[in-house]
Parts: sequence; structure tokens; C-alpha cells
Amino acid sequence: MATETIDPDALSESDRMLVDPEASRDLLRLATAGSVDDGKSTLVGRLLFDTKSVLADQLDAVERVSRERGLQHPDLALLTDGLRAEREQGITIDVAYRYFSTPTRSYILADTPGHVQYTRNMVTGASTAELALILVDARHGVLEQTRRHLAVTGLLGIRHVAVAVNKMDLVDFSESVFTGIVAELQRLAGHVGIDAVTAVPVSALLGDNVVTRSAHTPWYDGPTMLEHLETVEVGASPQDEAFRMPVQYVIRPQSAEHPDYRGYAGRITSGVVEVGTRIQVQPEGFTTTVVGIDRVGRPGEPVERERAHAPQSVVLRLADDLDISRGDLISEAARPATEVKDLEATVAVLSSRPLRHRDMVYVRVGTATVKGLVTDLVDTLDMTTLERGPAPSELPLNGIGTIRLRLGRPVAVDDYAAARRTGSFLLISPDDGATLAAGMVQLTGDLVDADSWLI
Amino acid sequence: MTTIDRASVASSAAADLRLDHLDDLEAESIHIFREVAGEFERPVLLFSGGKDSVLMLHLAVKAFAPAKPPFTLMHVDTGHNFPEVLTFRDETVERLGLRLVVQKVQDYIDDGRLVERPDGTRNPLQTRPLLDGIVEHKFDAVFGGGRRDEEKARAKERVFSLRDSFGAWDPRRQRPELWELYNGRHAPGEHVRVFPLSNWTELDVWRYIAREQIELPSLYYAHSREVFRRDGMWLCAGDWGGPRQGEDVETRTVRYRTVGDMSCTGAVESTATDVEAVILEVAGSRLTERGATRADDRLSEAAMEDRKKEGYF
Ligand SMILES: Nc1nc2c(ncn2[C@@H]2O[C@H](COP(=O)(O)OP(=O)(O)OP(=O)(O)O)[C@@H](O)[C@H]2O)c(=O)[nH]1
Ligand SMILES: [Mg+2]
Repeated sequence: MATETIDPDALSESDRMLVDPEASRDLLRLATAGSVDDGKSTLVGRLLFDTKSVLADQLDAVERVSRERGLQHPDLALLTDGLRAEREQGITIDVAYRYFSTPTRSYILADTPGHVQYTRNMVTGASTAELALILVDARHGVLEQTRRHLAVTGLLGIRHVAVAVNKMDLVDFSESVFTGIVAELQRLAGHVGIDAVTAVPVSALLGDNVVTRSAHTPWYDGPTMLEHLETVEVGASPQDEAFRMPVQYVIRPQSAEHPDYRGYAGRITSGVVEVGTRIQVQPEGFTTTVVGIDRVGRPGEPVERERAHAPQSVVLRLADDLDISRGDLISEAARPATEVKDLEATVAVLSSRPLRHRDMVYVRVGTATVKGLVTDLVDTLDMTTLERGPAPSELPLNGIGTIRLRLGRPVAVDDYAAARRTGSFLLISPDDGATLAAGMVQLTGDLVDADSWLI
Repeated sequence: MTTIDRASVASSAAADLRLDHLDDLEAESIHIFREVAGEFERPVLLFSGGKDSVLMLHLAVKAFAPAKPPFTLMHVDTGHNFPEVLTFRDETVERLGLRLVVQKVQDYIDDGRLVERPDGTRNPLQTRPLLDGIVEHKFDAVFGGGRRDEEKARAKERVFSLRDSFGAWDPRRQRPELWELYNGRHAPGEHVRVFPLSNWTELDVWRYIAREQIELPSLYYAHSREVFRRDGMWLCAGDWGGPRQGEDVETRTVRYRTVGDMSCTGAVESTATDVEAVILEVAGSRLTERGATRADDRLSEAAMEDRKKEGYF
């Protein structure tokens, strides 16, 4: 079977950027959100299709199945709904990860399910996203699941939210329908700590304002969805953050070539580290200095570095021979993380077993796993009003609320809003190892008191 | 040699502290390798000599340098592998000083534990020797080179994929996987499949191979080979059972986009003799690599999902 080979001389400047191994572009991770059937998978399919990221055999399969089902248009959702059960039921059950690139950016797109039963899969897809793409069906407006996903987006600290008011073709591309929905979303977004949303009127099915500008919305002069994704400023600025690196593994070759090498391997979760940086090992509390940063880069590049930053994976060598192992956190000595033995956090329950007062769990935070006891259920989030309600007797599957935990031993954490990677944790069942809940640390006044746990 | 004019490509890397996307993918994969080394007793990396497994091993070596990766390699040899790939496999293992376990489908056929299929395809026969190898060596984590962009069922899989004693994947019972907190807890008899390349696309893999100057088996580049046509693919003539009567052997200039069992891995006609030419070809290609070249995935719409449920990768 012959493949098409492109003539390098005929490449446009932008195509050159796509294929050149040396050309640099950044990575944007985004996740869809919104209620069931609002068109998330169709929109993802449309983005892939209109950026020419769908390959012929995939498209053939989608067109064949759509024809067999008597559809007028190819059902682009079939590009991402890859499981048999999903295609049979016409809904998304689990996150699909899809990829596309433009000369400016590479995109990792998590297409998440809207159905309430699969909220845990939505949370999975959204947890690593820098941008949430929330869909609303123009005919139905904001629904309970839209609010739930908006709340999850806010809790996960996703700073960028883009709203696609979809199925505009079914409301005659009405401007008033669009502005009504956008106003309500803006108001709700404020409730869950999201400052700004960009909204675009689209038809995922027909392609209006997704990649190409629509002739049906002369009243709209904002960007198309892709234009927005291409230009939105995302990404952290490690230079402003406190340095953190959970120790994953201790590297000791004990070889003839490296008899005494001892390095601490990890992925920098925030900030910048340099040779000479004073660090603290938490929770033990030793302080020492970084004397070497090793990272195997490209061929010919020296392994030893002067500095490194989030989210690079590196190996640190330290001035003193200390007892450091997996589970420890290496922090900037001047701005260490907070050591706690009691913890207050917002949790999203991901298991069909509800979370109850006095449940024994494992708490996985950074690279540490410690025992934990649920000492309090503080409040629960009402999905209709997005207000915090009174303490529940238990937090059921897909429930979101505040809890308190007592830990088996102290761990070093950050407030989730300040540092996602060192402020997040999982609750794991000691019985069967299942992931029960996802947690986001809230460092409140009384718990920040360093010695409170000693009392 | 195809050249890309580097000078015309502006580099924006230095300006801020945002990682280039290949560096980002590299850092993520290295993080996954170290998580597994830290959390499991006996990890194993599936190494066939194919490009994805070569890339995996390259990243594993980076993850633990200057020490060796702290795990064994395993290959399930169908008995129909390309000889140059096996040579490449053994030379790589030798060079890195690692340990390789080979599970041979042929042994299973010889002593009757497995029966040759009428179509001669051996890919489906790999599951049993794979699972036996996992049990025999008590491996608890198994690195595979699967990428989510390969196929729509793979697009749904987690980085850590829990498997029962049948090696089976249950897409409805996948664990939530948040942030970079991978939960590898499993019961005795279960194991975890780990996919460090989950977020790499085929183009990413090739661009990285070029950037890192990673060596691959020669059949990934255009060469002249005796092939014949079956099911719309160019299959390699050889001892494994092809060609049948009525299938004419011709000499063509071809290359392979994936390497696997000779009975079901097709070559594509190509003039791409080096990595930069391959990148241009991949970018210009209008067929996914598995669709074009793997017969066993084409059987049904849900072929891959079904095989994953049966314990295949
Ligand atoms: N008329 C019209 N129909 C649309 C549009 N977008 C999606 N649809 C249809 O709406 C239905 C649901 O679309 P999906 O993309 O599967 O919805 P979803 O949000 O992914 O659903 P879940 O993943 O199950 O939550 C399908 O029949 C689509 O063809 C649109 O812009 N206009
Ligand atoms: Mg969907």
C-alpha cells in the first residue's frame, strides 16, 4: 500500500514547524466538560476533523457507521467514543485522549463523559487540564451537570475556562439565546472561583465557529474556538513559585564508574532549583545545599546542569549524606511546605462506597503514602445552587464536600490553590486498593499552626 | 538525505520557562518509570526491538542514569519475527547489560499447549506465554509501549491499567487517575500494565527519534524486499507460511511502520531511507499505522478492545 510522501520543498512554513524535530512549540492540555449529549465528543471530533488530524481510515469507518445508522451528517463523536458500549449507547463512558498539533501548539484533549454516573471519569480527565472547554446545549441552557462540572473545574483550580454554546443551528443562531446562557454561566463561574470565561457560539455538528468562522453569526465578532485555544496564555511561571520536588527514587549505581554516586530522582512540581539552592527535606526537616543537578538531555548536551525547573524530571545531588527516601519532599529552605498531621480538604468521592466519619484510608500525597482517619465531614456542595450546605452523614459517589483527616504521620503539603501537585492527594481503600476520593488541601488558619498536631 | 531548513525555523524555547512539548512528554514518561520503580517489587519492560519499545527503553535509561534501569526485559517471540529485529534486540540488551527473558510461542506449539491457527497468524497466541512469563517471574508491573493515538480503544486506557489473573482489561472498571498520582495497588495474582508512552503520537515518536539520534532496526527505513499482496497489505515472503498458491512474489522498495509477527505485519511502499524522510512521510500519511499495516486489528470495529479484554496489550 503506497503512502503519500510529501515533498519537503513544497512544505509551507507552518508545515515545516510540524515536522522539524528541532522546532519548539508548547503543549496545551485541555478537557471537555458539560452535560450529557451537549456535544462534547462531536466538538472534539470537529476540532480533529477541521485541523486535518483525522486519518482516512478512521474517517471511512465513521462515515460507514453513520450511513448505516441513517444519519445525515457523519457522527464525529464516533471518532472519540471508542468503546463498544459507547458506540452502542451513543454516550461517552470514559475519558478519551486525543491529540492534534498546529504550528503553534500541541494539544492533548481529554474528552470526558457528561453522564452523572461517570463523573469520576470526568474528574480524571480534568485533573491534568490547564483549560476546560465547557459545552452547553443552546436549547437547554445550563443544567445540573453543567453546574457540577463547573464546580469541579473551579475546585481543580483550572484557571482557563472556555464555553462553547453549542447546537446554535437548532436555535436559528439566535444572539439572545447565546447572551442569556453566557450571562448565567458567568454568574455561576464567579461562585466557584472562576474569574473569566470566554464564550463562543458554535455548531459542533456543522462546524460553525469551531475552526472556521460562521456566516450565520454576524453579531459575533470574538474568536473561533480554535483561535481562542491558539492564543490563550496558559502555563505556570515557575520562576515565581517555591521549589518543590517529591523524591521518587534514590539512584545509587554502585558501579566501578560511579562508586559513590547518590542522587534523588524526582519531577519538579513547582519552582526553580539551582546548584547552590538551600533546600529542606520534609518532613524530617534537615537542611542542606544542592551540589548537582543531573538530567540526561539531548545527545551531546552535558548531563550536569546549573538549574532546572518545573515540570522537568531531574536527579539532585546534595551536600550532605542524609537519610532521604521515597515519600520525602525536597523544598526550598526559605519557603518550605507546611507540615501537617491534621488536614482539611475538599474531596470529590470517586467510588460507589460513600465516605463516612471514622473511615480508615490510605492517603497518597506526592510520593508518600500514609494512614489516615476521616475525623469530620464538614460540609457538602449543593449542585443546584453551588453553595456549601450543612455537614452530611456521608459523602456519596460524585459528592463533593469538605472533610478533616488525621494522618498516621506528618506530611508536607501546600494549599492546593497555590501548588496543585503538592496540594493534591488520593484516598485509597486499605481493603482492595481502590481509589476512593480525590482531595485538594485547604490550609486554613488553625491548621497552619505548625504545632497544632502535637497537642 | 532530506533536509529541513533549520535556519528558517524560529526557536522560542529560550524565552520563558515553558517546556517544549517533546521535553514535556519526556519528563512525563521518566516520571512514570520512576514511580513504578518506587512502588513495585518486580517490574518488567516488554522489549521487542520495535520502535516504541526502543523508545521506552531509551527513556528508561535516562530515568535511572547513571545507574541501570532496575528491571528485567521480556519479549514474547512469536517464532515469526524478523531476524534483523531479533539481532537488534539482542545487541541492545547486550550493550546495556540488562537481563532479557524470552517467552517463545513456538515452544508452546511444539508441546501442544497452543495450537497453530488455520490462518497462520500468531499474534493472538502471544497472550498465554506473556501471562505465564508474568506469573513465573512474579512480575507485578509490566511496561508496554502502547500509545493512545494508535487506536480508539487504546485512547481510553489509563497509564496504570489494572489486570486480573487473566490479564484482562475491564474498560468499565478503570480506576480514576488524577494529576500524576498513579495508584498501583493490586491484589496477589493481579498485575498492573503501565504505559509510559500514553501521550506520544506517532509523529512525536519519530521527531524524538530524530532529535535523540536513536538507532532502530533497519527495516524501519526503505529497503528492497521480496513481498506479496494479501488483504491489501504487502507481506514479507518467508518460512512463516507465505506466500500461498496464487500469491505472486515481487521485489519492492518498502519499509515497516510497525514490526511484529511477519504473518500479519505489512510493509508500506516507501522511499524514506532516513529518519527525516520518515517524518515527512508520517506527516503526509493518511492512514494510521495500525490500520495500514496490521491485519489482526482490521477484523472488527472493536478488535483492539476485544483483545485487550482477553489480556493482550
Ligand atoms: N444539531 C446539532 N446536533 C449536535 C451538535 N453537536 C452535537 N450534536 C448531536 O448531539 C448528540 C450528542 O452529541 P455528543 O457529542 O455525543 O454529546 P456528548 O456531550 O459527547 O455526550 P456525552 O459524552 O455522553 O456526555 C449527537 O447526536 C450529536 O450529533 C450541533 O452543533 N448541532
Ligand atoms: Mg461524549
